[in-house]
Amino acid sequence: MRDAPPDSLTRLNVVYLARLREAFGVAAEPLQLPEGGSTVAQVLAQLRARGGTWAAELAPGRAVRVAVNHAMATPATPVRGGDELALFPPVTGG
Amino acid sequence: MPVRVQTADFDVSHEIAALRAGDARVGAVASFIGTVRDVNDAAAVSTMTLEHYPGMTEKALEAIVSEARARFDVYDALVVHRVGELAPTDQIVLVVVTGAHREAAFDACRFLMDYLKTRAPFWKKERTPDGTRWVEARASDDEAAARWQAAGAGDTAP
Repeated sequence: MRDAPPDSLTRLNVVYLARLREAFGVAAEPLQLPEGGSTVAQVLAQLRARGGTWAAELAPGRAVRVAVNHAMATPATPVRGGDELALFPPVTGG
Repeated sequence: MPVRVQTADFDVSHEIAALRAGDARVGAVASFIGTVRDVNDAAAVSTMTLEHYPGMTEKALEAIVSEARARFDVYDALVVHRVGELAPTDQIVLVVVTGAHREAAFDACRFLMDYLKTRAPFWKKERTPDGTRWVEARASDDEAAARWQAAGAGDTAP
């Protein structure tokens, strides 16, 4: 029997910022990844599948920015266990 | 340290003095200070709360400063950005650039602000008589940043 990999190898840390954190009522959560890794687009689809606010806020066409490990990402950016994926609205600093 | 994110206020004179201390090459210092307005989008603003993404925000600001230093003939640059709850008239952001001549210093200062507005992870939430609301990103900020993309290194203001 093969040992199960530790959680850090199969889980993504998802961080929600600003309006999205308030809309979802959560600042961060671990997210189980499918075996073989995933992409930003797949993670977004996984979150949208929860329905309700998740589907509404992350609907295609909504302005949602994604960063993986603190670098701006695109839908095709790969994600692996242990990565930090952040979702946030367009920035409004300055 | 070319970038800082902090809740505390900043002293512009002190920051400028520290940035150019002992550097006799400097003949131009350009600075920009962003402050909290009491009106935004036709609503009275009583407080503004700024949020950032610790870790990524500092990295993004450092990348913007590096790009400005590579693109313009300047010596040094500083960005200080506040987070937390602020009130009208409070200082939000400071950008300072030192160089030999004013043209590059002005251009780099404007470039830094234009890029910061669209690329640095900060979010503003305003309290108005109708409650709190997150500030929406402006298309005019994207356009201001995009103007620099056509301009190559050494180019002047767009």
